[in-house]
Amino acid sequence: MRTRLPAPWLLVLPALLVALWHFAVDLRWVTEGLIPSPAQVLRSWYTWIFGSTTAMLSPYSGTWLDNVVYSSRRVLQGFGLAALAAIPLGLLIGWSRLASRVIDPTIQLLRPVPITAWLPFAIAVFGIYDASALFLIGLGAFYPIVVNTTHGVRDTNLLLLRAARMLGAGNGTVLAKVIFPSALPSIFTGLRLGIGIAWTAVIVAEMIAVKSGLGYVLWDAYYVGRMDICVATMFSVGLLGFISDRLIVWAARFLLRWRTLEAHG
Amino acid sequence: MIEIRGVHKQFAKGERRVVALQDIDLTVAEREFVAILGPSGCGKSTLLNMVAGFDQPTRGSVKVAGEEIAAPAPGRGVVFQEPALFPWLTVMDNVVFGPKTLGQSAASYRARAAQIIEQIGLSGFEASYPAELSGGMRQRVGIARVLILEPKVLLMDEPFGSLDAQTRTLMQELLLALWERHQQTVLFVTHDIEEAILLADRVCVMTARPGCIKKSIEVRMPRPRSIESTTSPEFNTLRRAVLDLIREESVRAAMETERA
Ligand SMILES: Nc1ncnc2c1ncn2[C@@H]1O[C@H](COP(=O)(O)OP(=O)(O)OP(=O)(O)O)[C@@H](O)[C@H]1O
Ligand SMILES: [Mg+2]
Repeated sequence: MRTRLPAPWLLVLPALLVALWHFAVDLRWVTEGLIPSPAQVLRSWYTWIFGSTTAMLSPYSGTWLDNVVYSSRRVLQGFGLAALAAIPLGLLIGWSRLASRVIDPTIQLLRPVPITAWLPFAIAVFGIYDASALFLIGLGAFYPIVVNTTHGVRDTNLLLLRAARMLGAGNGTVLAKVIFPSALPSIFTGLRLGIGIAWTAVIVAEMIAVKSGLGYVLWDAYYVGRMDICVATMFSVGLLGFISDRLIVWAARFLLRWRTLEAHG
Repeated sequence: MIEIRGVHKQFAKGERRVVALQDIDLTVAEREFVAILGPSGCGKSTLLNMVAGFDQPTRGSVKVAGEEIAAPAPGRGVVFQEPALFPWLTVMDNVVFGPKTLGQSAASYRARAAQIIEQIGLSGFEASYPAELSGGMRQRVGIARVLILEPKVLLMDEPFGSLDAQTRTLMQELLLALWERHQQTVLFVTHDIEEAILLADRVCVMTARPGCIKKSIEVRMPRPRSIESTTSPEFNTLRRAVLDLIREESVRAAMETERA
């Protein structure tokens, strides 16, 4: 078994990196005014979160939570749609040879097209609205979920399928009670990859296709020379991505308890 | 009960063809316990899979209770060489998978499940997952989930092959006791001569690939049997006879390989 590192050791590398950053700015290793110092970022971030919205008339005072909510809602919706489409489709492709022949080649052909390349198409079709963002996020998250679900289904132990049939299971029962639980670990791998891509996609989409959210703030702040806000946004996205990934890992741990037992047994 | 007539089985993978079974004829009477003994790769699992309905013969027919077999059915319980339990289900849920799937009422199968779990000596482990059990315990669950459906026919493919000698003996005695109570028609695959003689009414010895049934030997030892039966003179005579058959067969197989 792995031993857990005591908490202080976990903080050593981040502390060193922040120190390096601080001194790089403080001792002018980088051109002055190009990169904000850690302290400056922290101050701006604080104002962005807790500042008053009415008094200062700045877009970077007290608007943080709104933007976090915009982005998170888009990620959640896009990712949810992707999962709702990709899991059943992956089960079908993995299970039916016909479905695999008909659907899989198309998915494999479309998959290499980066979601950034879909941007003009999305804006042309959906306009500068939420639908554009949801389309890009959903599409990006769709691929890893469908591919991993298919893979999980195909990996189902033949012996378990035979056992289920011998115990009286028909197609529906085999799918719901054997193939699905057996593919669940792979499905969760797909979901984790998918949520990562969803956060990438939401930033790209908000930079260009909509006028709100963290991606929009990031690009806008860059244009008006607020690098401190850019960095604060980067940290925010990183934090949100990390939290959503942890949530999926916890859900997986809860639903796949039988598997952690296996790993220790 | 089980009628196997002129069964051939050929596996084809591209250009390569493997004849696994050739001209198998075997009849198992109702309530008879037949053991199939043969070297590794002679097609024992292939034969059992066809009776189970997992696979179809290339030629010939397999009938159970007068009906041609097309698909697996709960009337023919299979115990696999590996336990093949559902790892995401607890012992109890594994055992009641069959009755639940067949739409029986929980009230009717709960009591039976508890009773069978007690019979196989796993009381107290109802809520454990397969990963928390020993190999022998898993194998017992594999038997229990089949027994709860009270199948007329039991098909067992080296069910104790992966167990140590001590656990295996325990499992053999358990199976003897269960069979003496329920009297199913059993087709039991093994490559352990003593196991075959101890358990079966009749031992069929198969030849090396392509497998066919070389000879079948009646085991006329009194029942109920136990592990003590293996020390009787009758048992020894039978073991000698089976051993001779197998030795003859392996010599023939070796000579054929030389010639080829
Ligand atoms: N799906 C398959 N495709 C191709 N060949 C197969 C297949 N299944 C079995 N065979 C071949 O058929 C022969 C018989 O296999 P089978 O599994 O029935 O042997 P067995 O008697 O059960 O052996 P063991 O005692 O080792 O389990 C083997 O030579 C094997 O290579
Ligand atoms: Mg075998």
